Amino acid sequence: MKFKTLMIAFSTLIFLCLSNQALAQIGKPYIHDPSTVIFCDGKYYVFGTGGGGLISDDGWVWHSGAVRPGGGVAPDVIHIGDRYYVTYAKGGGGLAGGHASNIYVMWTKTLDPKSPEFGFKDEHIVASSNGVEDCDAIDPAFLLDPTTGKLWLTYGTFYGYIRIVELDPKTGERIQGNKPIDIAIDCEATDMIYRDGWYYLLGDHGTCCDGANSTYNIVVGRSKNVTGPFRDNMGVNMLKGGGKFLVGASGHFFGPGHFGLLKLGDGVEKFSCHYESDLKQGGRSVLGIRPLLWKDGWPVAGDNFRGGTFEIQSERSGYALELAVDFVRMSGMQPFWGRSLDEPVKPIPPQTLAEDSKVWSTGNINVRLGDYMVRPHQEWTITPVENAGGYPGSPYFKITIAGTNRALAATADSDLVTVPEFTGSPEQLWRIDQLTDGTYRIMPKVIPNSKARLVLTAIGVSTITLAKFDSKSDKSRWNFKKP
Amino acid sequence: MNKLYKVMMPILSLLTVIAYEGCSAASNGAIGKSAGGKVNSSYAPYFTKATQSPKEVDVEGFLTRWLLLEPINKPIRSNTVFTDSYLRQAFNTEYFPNQFTVVPKNGDKVTVGDKDLEWHALDATGFNVNLFHFAFSLNKQKYGVLFWAVTVVNSPREMRNVRLSVGSNSASMWWLNGKEAVMLSGDRRMVVDDCVSKRLTLNKGKNIIRGAVINGPGLSNFCVRFIDENGEPITNLSVNLNKAEE
Repeated sequence: MKFKTLMIAFSTLIFLCLSNQALAQIGKPYIHDPSTVIFCDGKYYVFGTGGGGLISDDGWVWHSGAVRPGGGVAPDVIHIGDRYYVTYAKGGGGLAGGHASNIYVMWTKTLDPKSPEFGFKDEHIVASSNGVEDCDAIDPAFLLDPTTGKLWLTYGTFYGYIRIVELDPKTGERIQGNKPIDIAIDCEATDMIYRDGWYYLLGDHGTCCDGANSTYNIVVGRSKNVTGPFRDNMGVNMLKGGGKFLVGASGHFFGPGHFGLLKLGDGVEKFSCHYESDLKQGGRSVLGIRPLLWKDGWPVAGDNFRGGTFEIQSERSGYALELAVDFVRMSGMQPFWGRSLDEPVKPIPPQTLAEDSKVWSTGNINVRLGDYMVRPHQEWTITPVENAGGYPGSPYFKITIAGTNRALAATADSDLVTVPEFTGSPEQLWRIDQLTDGTYRIMPKVIPNSKARLVLTAIGVSTITLAKFDSKSDKSRWNFKKP
Repeated sequence: MNKLYKVMMPILSLLTVIAYEGCSAASNGAIGKSAGGKVNSSYAPYFTKATQSPKEVDVEGFLTRWLLLEPINKPIRSNTVFTDSYLRQAFNTEYFPNQFTVVPKNGDKVTVGDKDLEWHALDATGFNVNLFHFAFSLNKQKYGVLFWAVTVVNSPREMRNVRLSVGSNSASMWWLNGKEAVMLSGDRRMVVDDCVSKRLTLNKGKNIIRGAVINGPGLSNFCVRFIDENGEPITNLSVNLNKAEE
């Protein structure tokens, strides 16, 4: 009986832990082997194995409807000039027992299937494998080298080598005479990105396509040259199986794979992937979008913000976001001197919301930054809001004083206030993006009577406002600290 | 024991204050009261007398020319009382006639309670205005004080969406052209750009800034400048106290 009780308690705990974890995306984000997520004419698109793909208005709620002809597996997409190039592979992958495969590239002026400009053209083969050689030409991915303007394509699976070839960015065709170069072994679903003088080759280790039993995980190596050698953090060449771990299973997600970089502007970087299985969504393979951080020259997978109760700390000053109210002193404090060593130690409870809030106005209250003193007027509960939309990776949140409905809101004069009750209006909804250094950017969904995209900013050491995000300054960076 | 504690604490506190004042005086060398108890009438090295010609803000935009009123006595045992409510009451109390409108001239006097207090037109030699040494050089009280400061900023054009940026020790309140702009509450240190106003408009030509700084024990000072929408200092302003008379 005791064991049974214990098991129920344990199961409940596990369930609660899982419940606290955000969904990957919502709507019907079902996809396998996704391409890079790309923005086109006001919408986000992602393509997957088998043809077609997903569309989203906001990067959070996804539904089917993207169109990619050709079938096949594991596409990728890139925007160059007025063209969206799409690549995919047909054959190989061990499917039906073979590794003979072709990789195709085609282009369209828009990804919106309802647009008269939509229509794929000029499909051609850019790489192949004959089924016997040490390569299986699937899982292609583009890199437009920002330093040279050259267009590269990596491809391959666990069957032999990962290879790179050069394409013509004006046509998407293979550069004449270009020979494939081997750059890695024993991985698949590669993607290459460039940052600060380094080329990063991301790929998957582990087993795919086995639901919650898939051990798929994403690893990375880096090189000063686009053609390698790519080495991991221990100096092991990816041609010898190296790869620094980036992300694996967590919570109810299993088997992340098919990395794709998603740059959202203002220095905000995220990456897309699929999870082979999301237990919360019936174990389906789903689209994932997560923050991409950088540490010591290596990419690190961030976690989408999930909410909770926090101090909201300014990276500029270390001060905490607080209601601009009278400071209520804690009573009963005795000086440190003159106390007997034998005096019984009695813990002192923290200040309560009732004690702190007795001096608060019942109307709107301004906010400011101040020394963090673990006071109720400095504790913020951040909660995902259902059916309010979202942004790549997360839903919108409400930010309320813990234990109350007093909510942070943007004002028409591009400032901040707290209102007594959360109503769900858009100026009370907040987008929280983790930045590449691990701090956060906090942005209202809307600013009344304005189309400006402004973010929480410590315009003074102790003064907060809404202002344009400055990626080079700490004034718009925030930390969430557990009380 | 408790009785002894209650008796001894005020005595100890008084001794501490006396000792602190003594140390402060001794550490300030030739400035202010000399070892012999005579008053040093020089403001140096913290101030010079303001001239008639306009003065540009410094390279970082700080306003360094001010009319300062000799300190008003505010018996404050501890700065822990500086809540928003307390300060709003303290700063909105009228201590002398036309307190919120007057732009005085150097040498003007006001009466507060039973004391005649004089306005001094001074240029701070650093980025901040050291009120402690202002009071010290005049042999006025340095602790438990309320200072009033006024200046007149000349803007070459109308500037929208600027902010008045203040650091002060300790709490303070500031007005631009008669309207409250920003309050610094609590027991504060002087930090550049500590508290800034909401977005304001600087008029072309004359703009009057008025401030009040309150402090119990400790060194009183403040620094003020205008910053733009991006938080960068505005450096093409000048101060001309004579402008107030135009």
